[in-house]
Amino acid sequence: MELLNVQHLRTHFRSAEGAVRAVEDVSFRLETGKTLAIVGESGSGKSVTSLSIMGLLDKKTARNSGSITFGGRNLLTLSEREMRKIRGNEIGMVFQEPMTSLNPVLSVGRQIGETLRLHQGLSRQAARTRAIDLLRLVDIPAPERRIDEYPHQLSGGMRQRVMIAIALACEPKLLIADEPTTALDVTVQAQVLDLMRDLQKRTGTAIILITHDLGVVADIADRVIVMYAGRTVEEAATADLYARPMHPYTKGLLATIPRLGSSLLPGEPARLEEIPGQVPSLRKPIHGCAFAGRCKFSVDLCRSKAPVLERKSEGHSVACHLADNGVSA
Amino acid sequence: MLNFVVRRLVSTIPVMVFVALFVFSLIYFAPGDPAALIAGDQASAAEIERIRLSLGLDRPFFLRFFGWLGDVLQGDLGVSVFSQLPVTTLIGQRLEPTLSLMVMTVVLSVTIAVPLGVVAAARQGTWIDRFVMTFAVIGFSVPVFVIGYILSYVFAIRLNLLPVQGYSPLAEGFWPFLKSLLLPSVALSGVYVALIARITRTSMIEVLSQDYIRTARAKGLGQGPILFVHALKNASVPIITVIGIGISLLIGGAVVTETVFAIPGIGRLVVDAILRRDYPVIQGVVLLFSLGYVLINLCIDLIYTLLDPRVRY
Ligand SMILES: Nc1ncnc2c1ncn2[C@@H]1O[C@H](COP(=O)(O)OP(=O)(O)OP(=O)(O)O)[C@@H](O)[C@H]1O
Ligand SMILES: [Mg+2]
Repeated sequence: MELLNVQHLRTHFRSAEGAVRAVEDVSFRLETGKTLAIVGESGSGKSVTSLSIMGLLDKKTARNSGSITFGGRNLLTLSEREMRKIRGNEIGMVFQEPMTSLNPVLSVGRQIGETLRLHQGLSRQAARTRAIDLLRLVDIPAPERRIDEYPHQLSGGMRQRVMIAIALACEPKLLIADEPTTALDVTVQAQVLDLMRDLQKRTGTAIILITHDLGVVADIADRVIVMYAGRTVEEAATADLYARPMHPYTKGLLATIPRLGSSLLPGEPARLEEIPGQVPSLRKPIHGCAFAGRCKFSVDLCRSKAPVLERKSEGHSVACHLADNGVSA
Repeated sequence: MLNFVVRRLVSTIPVMVFVALFVFSLIYFAPGDPAALIAGDQASAAEIERIRLSLGLDRPFFLRFFGWLGDVLQGDLGVSVFSQLPVTTLIGQRLEPTLSLMVMTVVLSVTIAVPLGVVAAARQGTWIDRFVMTFAVIGFSVPVFVIGYILSYVFAIRLNLLPVQGYSPLAEGFWPFLKSLLLPSVALSGVYVALIARITRTSMIEVLSQDYIRTARAKGLGQGPILFVHALKNASVPIITVIGIGISLLIGGAVVTETVFAIPGIGRLVVDAILRRDYPVIQGVVLLFSLGYVLINLCIDLIYTLLDPRVRY
């Protein structure tokens, strides 16, 4: 069953120096209980896409267009009041920054229980009991003790587990995890991803996993969309994408994944920047293909006409003029 | 917790001794012979000598200091040179109006200023924000006695709603008490409302841009709980600090207000004492206020630990 359908999403920010076209035509679908990965370099608009779905962007500066259909309703047309009933309840979100995303002056139990009391009307005592269960669910040892602790008493990995517990408290239909492991140590990264996969099996929640690391996508995602400069450039089933990448950008990303077993040192810069060249400025409209400037296959057509996302085979779409002309050769 | 309080109290002892030393030596900072100054121009030599002896000015400094300190520790602040009444009695008579005025001013300022600052921060850049900030500038720049006279003219003289002057003790009924304090505390509040609203706004704006506020919104919380629970608690440390400083500064403001509204409080007592060079009274009042100041600071440190679990004691 289709849970989420994003069509031609566009998110522009007004700023003193003109519009920032952070998201420029993103489309994807997500089925109930499935996992979709959104992959792309820093600044490609992944976080803005997820914040647009949650309706968390500042309405004074951000403009959305297109449609985000969730459970049959277009989220972009809902009032703030209606969105509040969805946030934290039907859609949970885990953020990129575990160290700063929890409130430093409220106890862990309070921060988990709050969602339960708000959306499910639980009593203080019931919310506490349930919060302890949730801490246990996300593998936090001694949950009866941890529940009364404050974020500064927890490690980064534990904080991210608490964030996951908060996001999953109301058993949402959709969990958006925006680079949930980027700020964590490699070993902790693997644990958190395992946990998410495990919880998905148990709760049947759909997941949007945002990452700039195609390496983590393979074992967890059913489908992948690749974003570049605010656009969807390729969408496919995970195995299909790995086996037959069509967009030169996707190929570039895949080429930068280290071989299995060669673990990455913490603090090493993002590998994706190894594709030569720079992301184009989002402040000016881009004519032609956004990737043309960095693409070694680009031809004149690429610079004059923007490619549209086209279905090339069953469940595999790509936005590239040269995609079926044997670019991979 | 108790341990912390005890430690903090013990650590204030050196400060208090220093204050006591300062207060005690006040009399030496005055130019000329203190006894002659106190006695006045028409006094006879015998009278000056009597005052000198009663102040103990004939004995060595430190001997007298420790003697005085011993008395103070036993609750004896000496006797007023002017009225011959014990200083503790004089202060006791005047304490209620001043304390009431201060408490009412603080309560009024905080209840008005904190919500104003929160709303201004939440609506940063809108007309509400600008209105609050303009109000704050006015509150800062108009002196207490001007606000006092305007308020008293409008509400007491013209509209006849509230008493013009004077103080009605709590023992004589709550409403008259409240009415007699309303105008003075509103007049005195101006500066504190401005001060607290500004710091609340600044602190809240900083907090509202933090990641955990985004998390709170992602949970589906409404504006109210986000502002007043998630944000305000984080923004509270500088606000509490300013409130604490405000209470300390109130002492000076109380003097002016008590004069404008003819309230028989400590402020008036100390002004009269200064005019009459009634050193024991001045010393007593300064000592009392210093003690109050130290206790307020202790309370504030305790409040920090309650508001922010990261503050260790
Ligand atoms: N509130 C905003 N106002 C103006 N520009 C913004 C705003 N938020 C994001 N942007 C811009 O939108 C672009 C996309 O940002 P986004 O945070 O979505 O990137 P991302 O793909 O999540 O990158 P990362 O991997 O670094 O998290 C960036 O160029 C960013 O500067
Ligand atoms: Mg991001």
